[in-house]
Amino acid sequence: MPDEPTWRRSLGRCLTAFRQVVGMPDYDRYVRHLRLAHPGRPIPSEREFFELYLKARYGEGPTRCC
Amino acid sequence: MRILIWILVALAGAVGWGMLALSRGEPISAAWLVLAAVGTYLIGYRYYSRFIADRIFGLTNRRATPAERLNNGRDFVPTSRWILFGHHFAAISGAGPLVGPVLAAQFGYLPGTIWIVFGVVLAGAVQDFVILIGSMRRNGKSLGQMAKEEIGPFTGVAAMLAIFAIMVILLAVLALVIVNALRGSPWGLFTIACTIPIAFLMGFWMRSWRPGRTGEATVLGIALLFGGLVGGQLVAASPVLAPWFTWAPLTLSGALIAYGFVASVLPVWMLLAPRDYLSTFMKVGTVVLLAVAVIWEHPLLRLPAITRFVDGTGPVFAGKLFPFAFITIACGAISGFHALVSSGTTPKLVRQEQDARLIGYGGMLMESFVAVMAMCAAAVLDPGIYFAINAPLGSLGGTAQSAADVIRTWGFTVTPEAIDQLAHTVGEATLLGRTGGAPSLAVGMATLFSGAFGERLIALWYHFAIMFEALFILTTIDAGTRVGRFMLQELLGHVWAPLGRTSWYPSVALASLAVALGWGYFLIQGVLDPLGGINSLWPLFGISNQLLAAVALCVGTTLIIKAGKARYAWVTLAPLAWLLAITLTASYQKIFSPVRRIGFLADAQAIAADVAAGVTDPARGARLIFNDRLNAAMAAIFVVVVLAVVAASIPTWVRVAAGRKVAPPVEAPMVESAYAG
Repeated sequence: MPDEPTWRRSLGRCLTAFRQVVGMPDYDRYVRHLRLAHPGRPIPSEREFFELYLKARYGEGPTRCC
Repeated sequence: MRILIWILVALAGAVGWGMLALSRGEPISAAWLVLAAVGTYLIGYRYYSRFIADRIFGLTNRRATPAERLNNGRDFVPTSRWILFGHHFAAISGAGPLVGPVLAAQFGYLPGTIWIVFGVVLAGAVQDFVILIGSMRRNGKSLGQMAKEEIGPFTGVAAMLAIFAIMVILLAVLALVIVNALRGSPWGLFTIACTIPIAFLMGFWMRSWRPGRTGEATVLGIALLFGGLVGGQLVAASPVLAPWFTWAPLTLSGALIAYGFVASVLPVWMLLAPRDYLSTFMKVGTVVLLAVAVIWEHPLLRLPAITRFVDGTGPVFAGKLFPFAFITIACGAISGFHALVSSGTTPKLVRQEQDARLIGYGGMLMESFVAVMAMCAAAVLDPGIYFAINAPLGSLGGTAQSAADVIRTWGFTVTPEAIDQLAHTVGEATLLGRTGGAPSLAVGMATLFSGAFGERLIALWYHFAIMFEALFILTTIDAGTRVGRFMLQELLGHVWAPLGRTSWYPSVALASLAVALGWGYFLIQGVLDPLGGINSLWPLFGISNQLLAAVALCVGTTLIIKAGKARYAWVTLAPLAWLLAITLTASYQKIFSPVRRIGFLADAQAIAADVAAGVTDPARGARLIFNDRLNAAMAAIFVVVVLAVVAASIPTWVRVAAGRKVAPPVEAPMVESAYAG
């Protein structure tokens, strides 16, 4: 979206960075990845992705420390 | 020009250390402590971590990382290095680096600070970095898997057992820290209790009402959290509501155990994930705030550099400077637990190989810096106040007057009025004997924050600090109980297959209950301990955490030797030898020392004598004796497991180094990276 104002794009970038630091799911990134790497594969809904993501993140092993 | 800058950095660090060394007697500014630490970190990062990256492992951006090769947009995602630095730091840092230094401050601020700063540069950061590289080059394998594949199946099982036992002790001791901070504190309890419905609300928000809107949910959660903080003050002031939230230690313990059980069987999205987001945000935010406050205010350190308690008679925990200062400060200098994170989520996110230096080594330096700030927060307190908060009630007596009298015999002056006045100022009925480090850290932080950001809010800052600690300890409790459940189910699955199924509800409930009751037993034991449970449980936790670090360093040494760099194996062997020296000495003393406050067995004997003399009730005596023997057995188990791992590793090292055994490269094959050049 080239006509998006700069401040919105920087805000978006800040939010993405924040999400990644905290370890939150990022649906947009996932959709972009699927379109790029596996075109033709069905794209799960945001809610399905959320559950897949949590499974991968908290499924096994410690994620936190003392 | 470059060289000139690094000479200046080195000089700055040296000046900092010089000021610390020369200022015996009169209080000095915290700024020197910070300067010494940061100067040392920068030199260690620039030279030592680069040596490890280039000479030993030959990190190259030409080799594609698992995040690039296996990118799935979910857990394998190439992530920018500063963001991943933040993420990794948030995952490795918790209550450990905050509480350990506060407890070790009973020896004075200097011994702990030296260990925190030099320990991290030469041992802790090395461990995290080496394990991160190893895992990254093996598609993100876990520490247990690497131990199994690189050393042998026996080592894999031993590592897993060690991790499970450590988890149990860790959860118990962290829960005890919360119990001591929240007992008889309606404000604190109300604020913490609020975090549970807030997490539920966030969970439903991001899953059902506004799917995926995690950011919105977190902003809402943080706003409500501050509402709960302010509301707590009103609750504490209300004669009707306050008794509802004034709980005794045993009641709190029961509630925490029930919470751990329930939280670990609920779906992740409902409680764990939202809590995790909240506590990560609070943690990063508060650490930044604390750094700003320490640097802005650079307060005087009122605690002596070294106290008389280096002789082992300290009231906070028993034992001499060596080895107990080194196991009490576990996480700030080296922590075996980090090896689990460095071989868990993080290696799957590294974008380019050379980024691992900033993330693995740099992330741990940051954690050490947090520990230095915690030490500053403890050292700005008046020493008399520090001991009034951190010595167990059993030795202080129940009143401010008796506490002031006892503390005077230790050589520090504090008036009973000052003790009462402080408790009143921070909005608590009493601060006496609140062992576990969290409350005195909160007082220290509140002093710093209110100095930097507004005097009148000191009670609010105190409870903010308590909330911040309790929030991520509770997150550790539910995440830890859940991980313990996975491990237990895996073990039980070998006995009867259905028990291993993580989707079979009875097995899930049974395993969760077993784990919650397991750490719960140690928690209750700590609460009932007449010496205050921190004295027995924190050293046990420190020993176990350092021994896990020894296992990780064994794996690291194996990786280095197998890479054909046996001549550099001292990089991990030297810290390994030091860790074995401190942990084996500490375990030996905790088990066999004739001094009752140190040795578990000596304490059991003394209690038996009390029972025989009719001083102690026989049933209570029998229980205390059983607990002592159980603690001694735990320490013994840790030692045996670690010695077995070391014994199993040495033959592999010798054979590979001598060329008698060909080490097959278990690393994932080299693939050219598209990001390079």
